[in-house]
Amino acid sequence: MIKGLLLILMFYWLGEAVSVLINGFIPGSVIGMLFLFGCLMLKWVKPGQVRETAKLLTGNMALFLTPASVGIMLYIQPLLQAIVPIAVAIVVSTTLTILVVALVQRFFETRAKRKQYAK
Amino acid sequence: MTPIATQFKSLFSGELASLLLVLATFWFGIYLNKRFKLPLLQPILVSLTLVVLFLNFSGISYATFFAQSHLLTFMVGPSVVALGYVLFEQIENFKGHIGSILLSVLVGCIVAIVSVVLTAKALEADSVLLASLAPKSATMPIAVQLSKNAGGVPELTIAFLVLSGLYGGLIGPSILRLAGVKSKLAIGLSLGAASHAIGTARALELGAIEGAASGLAIGIMGILTALVLPLLERLLY
Repeated sequence: MIKGLLLILMFYWLGEAVSVLINGFIPGSVIGMLFLFGCLMLKWVKPGQVRETAKLLTGNMALFLTPASVGIMLYIQPLLQAIVPIAVAIVVSTTLTILVVALVQRFFETRAKRKQYAK
Repeated sequence: MTPIATQFKSLFSGELASLLLVLATFWFGIYLNKRFKLPLLQPILVSLTLVVLFLNFSGISYATFFAQSHLLTFMVGPSVVALGYVLFEQIENFKGHIGSILLSVLVGCIVAIVSVVLTAKALEADSVLLASLAPKSATMPIAVQLSKNAGGVPELTIAFLVLSGLYGGLIGPSILRLAGVKSKLAIGLSLGAASHAIGTARALELGAIEGAASGLAIGIMGILTALVLPLLERLLY
């Protein structure tokens, strides 16, 4: 547990360091995630060293995000003022995103199956 | 007030009280979710509503509450780093599909950003609103950072994330049924890519493969949005 937390916080720190060097173009936590993923793939870090801590952290993300979400209330006025463009844009964009991802993925799966039958 | 009365009052407004408030309301949300099995009844929403009601009722300011619950908010960073482990674990399960997964989420990422910005722009949204809306399909910590970088309002972005999460989690499976999509991988990926954690909670209810694919899509969508959004921003606004 302590070893896992130490490793994760070290990757977080390294990610933050790189993020500072690239002017915050990508958040430090995301760079840390890529570092951790890369080191696991390269077997520099053993999965067992971080499994317990990683499961605990990722399994409770919604809890960690709750205090920040309360922040919606500070901006309820601007939210209500522009409610039409906000609601329409979110509904249109979310519908399109769901359809596009599912249809592109299905296209590749169907193509892979056809290739198998062709053999 | 007597010293003991002052001390007693601080028991209801300190860090300990704030953490207890979040944990208790969140736990109640988990209980309700298990009891009633409604997709809309996510623990984060139950907790959020009850915390807001409590703060209004008790007169504690939102700013005070933020400062006191910083311990939980800090944990968001390490948990994003920990997604690297989840990605590693799931990459083993999705061998042979990695190319198509990356490509479909990449196309989805571009469509998500371009469609939300162009629709809002057509309805005369200002540039602050556009910058806050653009990263709405990425996972929260990434979206918040991207919104800040582009001159958006992070708190508005969080509201947009919750709204797109709820819409996709609630309506998404019906959209996919209408479109005749039966592939479990495609269903999971699309819900995670468009609606992050709330979409994934719904995907997990549909099945284990859908849930795993959805979790994978959250990570890929987050990274791709962080890479693609700064490039698209210059073209869009």
